[in-house]
Amino acid sequence: MEKTIKAELILENGMKFKGSAFGYIKETVGEVVFTTGMTGYQETLTDPSFAGQIVTMTYPLIGNYGINLDDMESRKPFLKALIVREKCDMPNNWRCEMVLDGFLKQNKIMGLEGIDTRALTRTIREKGCMKGIITTRVDDLTPSQIKQKFDTYTNVYAVKEVTIDKPYTVNGIGTHLAVLDCGIKQGILRDLSKRGCKLSVFPAFTSAEEILDVNPDALFLGNGPGDPKDIPEVIETVKALIDSGKPVLGICLGHQLISLALGCNTTKLKFGHHGGNHPVKDLQTGRVYITSQNHNYVVCDLSDEVEPTFINVNDGSIEGIRHKTKPIYSVQFHPEASPGPLDTQMLFDRFLKIIEEVKTNA
Amino acid sequence: MPKDSSIKKVLVIGSGPIVIGQAAEFDYSGTQACQSLKEEGVEVVLVNSNPATIMTDIGMAHYTYIEPLTVDFLEKVIAKEHPDSIIAGMGGQTGLNLSCELYDKGILDKYNVNVIGTSIASIKEGEDRDSFKRLMERTNQPIVDSDIVTDVESALSFAESIGYPVIVRPAYTLGGTGGGIAKNEAELREICTQGLHLSRVGQVLIEKSIAGWKEIEFEVMRDGAGNCITVCSMENVDPVGVHTGDSIVVAPAQTLSDYEYQMLRKAAIDIIDSIEIKGGCNVQFALDPNSFKYAVIEINPRVSRSSALASKATGYPIAKVAAKIALGYNLDEIKNAVTGKTFACFEPTIDYVVLKFPRWPFDKFFGAKRTLGTKMMATGEIMSIGKSFEAALLKGIRSLEIGQYGLDRKSSAMRSIEELKKRVQVPDDERLFDLAEMLRRNYRVEKVCDITGMDPFFINKINNLVKLEEELKSMKLEDFNEENLRYFKEKGFSDKAISRFVGCTPPDIYKLRQKYDIMPVYKMVDTCAGEFEAVTPYYYSSYDMEDESVISDRKKVMVIGSGPIRIGQGIEFDYCSVHSIMALKKAGMQTIIVNNNPETVSTDFDTADKLYFEPLTEEDVLNVVEKERPDGVILQFGGQTAIKLANFFDEMNIPIYGTKPEQIDAAEDREKFDEILEKLNIKRPKGEGVWSIDEGISVAERLGFPVLVRPSYVLGGQGMEITYNKDELVKYLAEAFEKDSKNPVLIDRYLSGREIEVDAICDGTDVYIPGIMEHLERAGIHSGDSISIYPPQHISDEIKAQIMDETKKISVELKVIGMINIQFIDYNGELNIIEVNPRSSRTVPYITKVTGVPVIDIATRVMLGEKLKDMGYGTGICDIPNVVAVKVPVFSTEKLPQVEVSLGPEMRSTGEVLGVGYNLHNALYKGFLAAGMTIPQKGSTIVATVRGKDHEEFVELAKRLDKLGCRFIATSGTAKAIANAGIDVKTVKKISEGVPNIIDTIRSGVVDLIVDIPKKANNKTSDGFKIRRTAVESSVSLITSMDTFTAMVEVMEKHIDRDKLDIFDINRDMRK
Repeated sequence: MEKTIKAELILENGMKFKGSAFGYIKETVGEVVFTTGMTGYQETLTDPSFAGQIVTMTYPLIGNYGINLDDMESRKPFLKALIVREKCDMPNNWRCEMVLDGFLKQNKIMGLEGIDTRALTRTIREKGCMKGIITTRVDDLTPSQIKQKFDTYTNVYAVKEVTIDKPYTVNGIGTHLAVLDCGIKQGILRDLSKRGCKLSVFPAFTSAEEILDVNPDALFLGNGPGDPKDIPEVIETVKALIDSGKPVLGICLGHQLISLALGCNTTKLKFGHHGGNHPVKDLQTGRVYITSQNHNYVVCDLSDEVEPTFINVNDGSIEGIRHKTKPIYSVQFHPEASPGPLDTQMLFDRFLKIIEEVKTNA
Repeated sequence: MPKDSSIKKVLVIGSGPIVIGQAAEFDYSGTQACQSLKEEGVEVVLVNSNPATIMTDIGMAHYTYIEPLTVDFLEKVIAKEHPDSIIAGMGGQTGLNLSCELYDKGILDKYNVNVIGTSIASIKEGEDRDSFKRLMERTNQPIVDSDIVTDVESALSFAESIGYPVIVRPAYTLGGTGGGIAKNEAELREICTQGLHLSRVGQVLIEKSIAGWKEIEFEVMRDGAGNCITVCSMENVDPVGVHTGDSIVVAPAQTLSDYEYQMLRKAAIDIIDSIEIKGGCNVQFALDPNSFKYAVIEINPRVSRSSALASKATGYPIAKVAAKIALGYNLDEIKNAVTGKTFACFEPTIDYVVLKFPRWPFDKFFGAKRTLGTKMMATGEIMSIGKSFEAALLKGIRSLEIGQYGLDRKSSAMRSIEELKKRVQVPDDERLFDLAEMLRRNYRVEKVCDITGMDPFFINKINNLVKLEEELKSMKLEDFNEENLRYFKEKGFSDKAISRFVGCTPPDIYKLRQKYDIMPVYKMVDTCAGEFEAVTPYYYSSYDMEDESVISDRKKVMVIGSGPIRIGQGIEFDYCSVHSIMALKKAGMQTIIVNNNPETVSTDFDTADKLYFEPLTEEDVLNVVEKERPDGVILQFGGQTAIKLANFFDEMNIPIYGTKPEQIDAAEDREKFDEILEKLNIKRPKGEGVWSIDEGISVAERLGFPVLVRPSYVLGGQGMEITYNKDELVKYLAEAFEKDSKNPVLIDRYLSGREIEVDAICDGTDVYIPGIMEHLERAGIHSGDSISIYPPQHISDEIKAQIMDETKKISVELKVIGMINIQFIDYNGELNIIEVNPRSSRTVPYITKVTGVPVIDIATRVMLGEKLKDMGYGTGICDIPNVVAVKVPVFSTEKLPQVEVSLGPEMRSTGEVLGVGYNLHNALYKGFLAAGMTIPQKGSTIVATVRGKDHEEFVELAKRLDKLGCRFIATSGTAKAIANAGIDVKTVKKISEGVPNIIDTIRSGVVDLIVDIPKKANNKTSDGFKIRRTAVESSVSLITSMDTFTAMVEVMEKHIDRDKLDIFDINRDMRK
């Protein structure tokens, strides 16, 4: 039997899960969510959308193929902590360059293993997302300490934390996209780049003028963490860009920001959609695709200007919208996958086609 | 699209008898498909030759034909029932091939039968090697360098161009029959010849060996609208080279990064989309462990063993959904029955590790060559579910019932490191234990990976367990505390394993667990990793925090299943378990099943009210009992697996429904049983248990040779032999005592009479016999391997009355409540009892269908306390039907190199078929045909090698065959006997006489039937053994019993016109 450092997860509702600490040992507070993907823990770890969250993997064996430098979705992990049933200390894969434990240590991310992750998942399913504390001071925190920790937790600055400092360009000979980086995954940029796009990537809080200065063919908004309503300034930027008449396209948080800018609403799901097995239906063709998803907020109350393009087959929630007259199109799920199924890759082509049409008509 | 309303009556073809490569998984998927179709208001016409299945039950389909699975008979059914549609992919490779044949011969067109689900064109694209290759090219999918050849010379020249080793895969065969890896020209010549012969279309594929690549499978579904999902990925722990049916398989794939996983998933979907699958499909890949290179190995456009595993592993009912797709539904229109909330159009995600272990028949066929390769050899499998790989592995090992509770195996421990090193490089059934032993001796992990080709991820996990086993060996009982004991339990160690390593008893550990409250909890298999609430209670144990199994206060009964399919314990027991559950449900009970076989109907998510997927060991079952606190447990239907728990349950004061453990013991304990027979004045062949060779000789001499010898606790006649003289006896006893010196060997006088078998139900007072069955072959051949006839044709009324009388006496004396199976011998008009099994037997499904008596239903109700008299079945013997039904055994010995094939006291068959007719010969004709035997005709060639004492009997039959126009080939002795009778015979050389000899004659393909009556079985060096092996390996029909041969001749003399034979719907046509 190996020796371990004991640690526990304390939920807002008082439930405790006892396990062992790994990675970088520190006390951490975050919003506890779960993801059901069976592969792709590395992409999940480095997805900036998880900023501020404690991510629970429902699949019990995590770290089996280690960590490599090729599959990173951002420059570093932004999540608060990772909870697994069992981490793998002896991974194997021809691309394996680091062990999960070491990767977390290096990036100062707390890990918790050996808890009943299914019980935790079921708790979140029943009670909804909750804040949680992971601590090695097992049975040692007083109620007031716990309360204080929960009270001081906030995730409203998540986009500020994950966005880039200054703009940069990815060269390409095709469509020129201005990309607003609210925590965008490398996967999206890769997929656009692969299709020849020139990408002008801006920090999230760049003004509309500055963006329009590079005279892009369209604006692209990617994924990112938190509540879209926490960044009203970005919504204003989107409104300004919409008014410019340029096509506006979005994925995930980008989709929510566009929807808010078009007068729709967003609401928080009980426990979100996190995983690679969510069926969405293309309302135009009736085809159903299995998609990768990672969101806690969802678009609702569509304004008259927009119509839904995709819905979730499981719960009927809105998975995509388009403007009835303008070239504005966005989806909630992740066509870039990483991690997850590649079934909706054609959406990138659909995006680019919308831009092409605008250009041709102009 | 909603349901296609033009579909009103659908033909479903089953997979026929259980053989290696095609087992109970098709009863599971076929049953599910029938139910799924019926739910939609569609009429179902079912044809399957296998009477042991649940799908062929009365009422399961609207019209059920247990008829030979040949195009002729299928046409008869189509002509009679006029189905408007046929679904091709539900009956394994057999069903698929037959559907293609019906299509090719224009029969489907002739009767206006539409193929629903995956089309014949799609099937052919996936199945035919050549079009598969073109398909792969079209979809830009890499395949392994390969070429299709139709002759050996082309194979050799192609192999030369790509380099050895090469793999040989025959087209259209099941379980990879006839394939193999050839390392050089000589091997290729041999394997290729056989493969060409076995392939229905005379094609084999020669491909470059990619041994050492990872083998990954995906189960994929697609609907008519083109929506695609993957149900499950699976990774073989053994790399490419071992048939997936013989590999330890883990689900989901463990060692693939998301990039690799999605690459293969996309490939799988692109392929099935390209050929427009409508239903389920299995896609197998090889993945280079050192790059993104991969290759598509094969696709199976139908339900399969893997689809059954994927269904059980995830909870996603593939066959059910495939049937709905065939009716026109799209995936997003089909509800996920497990959650009741989501739709079939999603991908299951699981939060546990699933392992599948093959169950090989080498314990029965100890002389077999155990090397695993591209030909499947396992008869069955188990599945285990755990929170970790280690826990699933240990659960899996103990589910196999091979006497192992951990990785520490005696036979491996006795081998030298050099020997182990040599052994692990050639996969066999002991490889896991051998490599664990190497790790135990500190052989480097990296090197083990290197020489076995297994992924270091798996080897490291195995090494973890080895280290823990070693740690346990250094511990004493007092070293355990709550924390470390919980740790070992979490890792999957059973109390028995811990106690063996520590040197205490399982109860010691159990008491400690009680003290520290270390009890398992039960987690749900819900298709969605807990994301949605599930309604179908399907559980596995885990040492964890939260228990999800909600215990009701309804009256409840637990049924113990029969575990993996093996020789002697087949699908029949699953049939019984399932029927018992149905009866219990009808009686208003909550039903709970515990079983670990993923191929079966009993482990379908909606068979019982609650399903526990667990090993069937004392501890694992006790845990469920303690959790559920059932009102009673039923053991009678789970074969020996369940029965052997009886004493333990008794000790633990767990209530058992039906016959009590001490009574079971009385029937199985020879001395106690002899006392009972003596008291009842019932005869049995004289015999005794002996503890030494000397004692054995004196007993045998007193009884008089030949004597029947066997170990005392046996299943399926394991280790049983007839010895004709002292030398044979001494040899047998020496081997038996070496294997097990703690139990006696039983020696019985051998009576060569007519064998009779009854299944009876007893309520403690009255006895009801649904049917008396007569065996075609004389006593001495295991009942499971004999042709069984119902109603009996040669038994006098006096004997019948005596059977009734003795059955009643024994049943009442043994206080049987429920089922009893008794075997008698009618020895010159004198009735002897040879065996009593106080449990359900392998003939129950057969007799149920033929008589229409719901045997298990009655037995279950009796066990719950009802009386036969009150049930309206009367007491006595059931009415005789208006047909004769014969059960004919089917063997898989061609797939097991160096295994004896002649009939004897040891059971060897894997499955059975039924032949039904208005008279015995019509029934036999169909039975032979259904079993795949060639019935010789005018001009047929028969090869004969008959032992001396049977020459006289044989020559009489030869005369009759001569009249029928058959030709004979024989070796000198038999040839002389035939010639002396004035019959033309061609003499061939014996093997020792040089070439060409009898083996070459058989291989040349000119022989229609081989009659080989052996002097003695199991002698690998004898000519007879080699002749028999050559016969089965060349797919030539073989008869090894004079009685079977006589029956065959009688059938031939009837000149039966196949076109005029009736077919019988078992729902309607069997009884007056």
